[in-house]
Amino acid sequence: MSTASTALAEPRSGVRPAPAGRRTRLRMRRRTPLWLLIPAAAVLLPLFVYPIYQLGLLSVLDFRQAQVSGGQPTRFVGLDNYLTLLRDGKFWSVLLATVGFAAACVAATLAVGAALAVLLTRVSRWPGYALSLAAMAAWAAPAITGSTVWMFLFDANLGLVNQVLGLDGHNWTYDRYSTFALVGAAVVWHSFPFVMVTLYAGIRAIPEQMLEAAALDGASHWRSFWQIVVPMIRPLLVIVVIQSIIWDFKVFTQIYVMTGGGGIAGQNLTLNVYAYQQAFAASEYGLGSAIGVVMMLILLVVTLLYLRALRRGGEPL
Amino acid sequence: MNVRLAKALAAVLVAGLLVGGCAPATAPSSGGGDDKTTGTLRVWLFDEPNRAPKQRVIDEAVAEFTAAHREVTVDVQYLAVQTRSERFRGAFNDPASAPDVVEFGNTDLPEYVAAGGLADLGADVDGWAEGKDLGPDLRASATTDGKLYGVPWYLGVRALYYRTDVFAELGLTPPTSQEQLVAAARKIRAAKPDLFGLAVGGKYTFAALPFVWDAGGDIAATSGDRYTAAINSPQSRAGIKAYTDLIKPDNCPPQQCADLTGGKTVELFASGKAGMAILGNFNRTAVEAGAAKGKYAVVPLPGTTPGSIAPAFAGGNNLGIMKNTQRRTLAADFLKLLASKKYQQQMYDAMGNLPTLTSARTELAGKEPFLRPFLDTIAAGTRFVPLHPGWGKIDAQAVIPTMLEKIVTGQATVEQATDEAATAITAALAQ
Repeated sequence: MSTASTALAEPRSGVRPAPAGRRTRLRMRRRTPLWLLIPAAAVLLPLFVYPIYQLGLLSVLDFRQAQVSGGQPTRFVGLDNYLTLLRDGKFWSVLLATVGFAAACVAATLAVGAALAVLLTRVSRWPGYALSLAAMAAWAAPAITGSTVWMFLFDANLGLVNQVLGLDGHNWTYDRYSTFALVGAAVVWHSFPFVMVTLYAGIRAIPEQMLEAAALDGASHWRSFWQIVVPMIRPLLVIVVIQSIIWDFKVFTQIYVMTGGGGIAGQNLTLNVYAYQQAFAASEYGLGSAIGVVMMLILLVVTLLYLRALRRGGEPL
Repeated sequence: MNVRLAKALAAVLVAGLLVGGCAPATAPSSGGGDDKTTGTLRVWLFDEPNRAPKQRVIDEAVAEFTAAHREVTVDVQYLAVQTRSERFRGAFNDPASAPDVVEFGNTDLPEYVAAGGLADLGADVDGWAEGKDLGPDLRASATTDGKLYGVPWYLGVRALYYRTDVFAELGLTPPTSQEQLVAAARKIRAAKPDLFGLAVGGKYTFAALPFVWDAGGDIAATSGDRYTAAINSPQSRAGIKAYTDLIKPDNCPPQQCADLTGGKTVELFASGKAGMAILGNFNRTAVEAGAAKGKYAVVPLPGTTPGSIAPAFAGGNNLGIMKNTQRRTLAADFLKLLASKKYQQQMYDAMGNLPTLTSARTELAGKEPFLRPFLDTIAAGTRFVPLHPGWGKIDAQAVIPTMLEKIVTGQATVEQATDEAATAITAALAQ
């Protein structure tokens, strides 16, 4: 037994217990963290593990409306749902579009959010309030309302944007990329306030002296942003990046509302809308669950890779 | 103590996972069976954009019913159409909270039957004097596997709305053949570039289907009780080509029309942006509320043969009884009351819903000139989507709009797009 662990196990009273009793106590102490996890587990297991277990179970069953309401027996089909999915060319093109769309949205959200957070630290009081208020309003707007309003603005015949630009009759949702850009803008509009507020709080927490010292040493704003601010708010950046990836990968409302359920000939489908349309609206719960499992695995891999890359980068989380 | 508590907690959790987790939730199968003659009869009807007139008619029917059945109360709920499928699935999964009498869209019927939710009404309708007044077309639209699962309550059919002022100005006469229809559409667009000739859309399935049916095609063909897709037959392709050829710059440019839905077409015609549109008798109020008010008339949608009428889709709603009802007789009595000639006529007065009883329609035709083109369309024969639970899937997966839009935007030829749709349709109808 090393000195360190003896010291740790040493009771404060200083009375040395009998060796057998000490071992038991040591074991109990080592277990203590496990007991402390129980309240969290009691909440997390039913709320997360059980639904995920059900999702996994459904994905290996032939489970449609007739099975839910007991009209037909439930059948185990093994990996059939997954094979159907992987053999479906549409699934791959939708997956590719989703990844590209989410990546663009994450990059844009971060750029806009970070830029405005920095701006917020520079402007005086009232413009700062106005900016915060505008951002909060965008944040508070329900996705469905926001999307509908964006569609009013960009309506082909009666929209404000077309009237101002003199583009009467131009349909923004006709071309695939123009549609994705429009929906992406709405997604960014909805999600940048979270990034802005989080990063603003992070920047505010940086001691003034450090930035002052950098300025005295002759560092430009640009340089002190990249060499002082970014490293110091790195843990926050990790959180907003992961959050944004997860949100934007799972985007549903904006696509569903703004493109009328996937755009012309389904050219603007993302994975979540595709799962809903192909599976849940069509009562193919088994297939839908398989899509859900695939999405979950992709997000899990992305998150793990990102966390690993950050740890390698030196900064512990 | 702590340890024991934790162990107990863990055991409960594990047990919960094992017991609850073995199988996904499936509703208990109960046959209903009870036939109580007292208590509350629960009724689900669809909500409407302007529900007050409908509610007045229903309230009157409820008053008449409760006067005859003193120990019964009737609880009517109005469901939002958009969330109906969730509500119905909920009702099938939990019979205890399910209604007794329901209104439902006639295309939803096979799905509900496959889910085991609806009761067979054959005997009730056969023994009902007014039931004989239902036309065979209509009875067939609620019959699957030889059993009648719904009583058609009202009908909706589409016909051709056109702007009388535009037609007069350009010296056009109402088209009586498809050729004339297309010519008129192009002429309007050429003379008035801010108008669409005939507003048609890539997401407007029920405007495209009459072209397919008129050309002798169909969505699917039956042999015995098996369905195979027919959307890629030469006849169907001819019809689809005729429809998609209308979504061209000389009538309705793809840029604007590729993603038009039926609802958007109504808006365009009502706001005076289209010379013609394929709208239903149920769209009259919307058109009357717009700029087109007083400047339009309706004729049946013409077919390719001069003077013929393109078969319309027989849209409409049915009344049905839930299989698990505990008040089977009461439910049937209330259903027959709502579906009676008296209340069908009142529903027409209140909502413009076309009656399903032939005699009620004949009487209406005499006094309502607006209805003539719609009644003529019904008389010429209406068609229906495959009576199969797979139709719900074809609809949810937007198979037909995707096919039309691929053709219209040039992403696929008529042959490729129809073959692709046929594969999806056959797969959906095979289950």
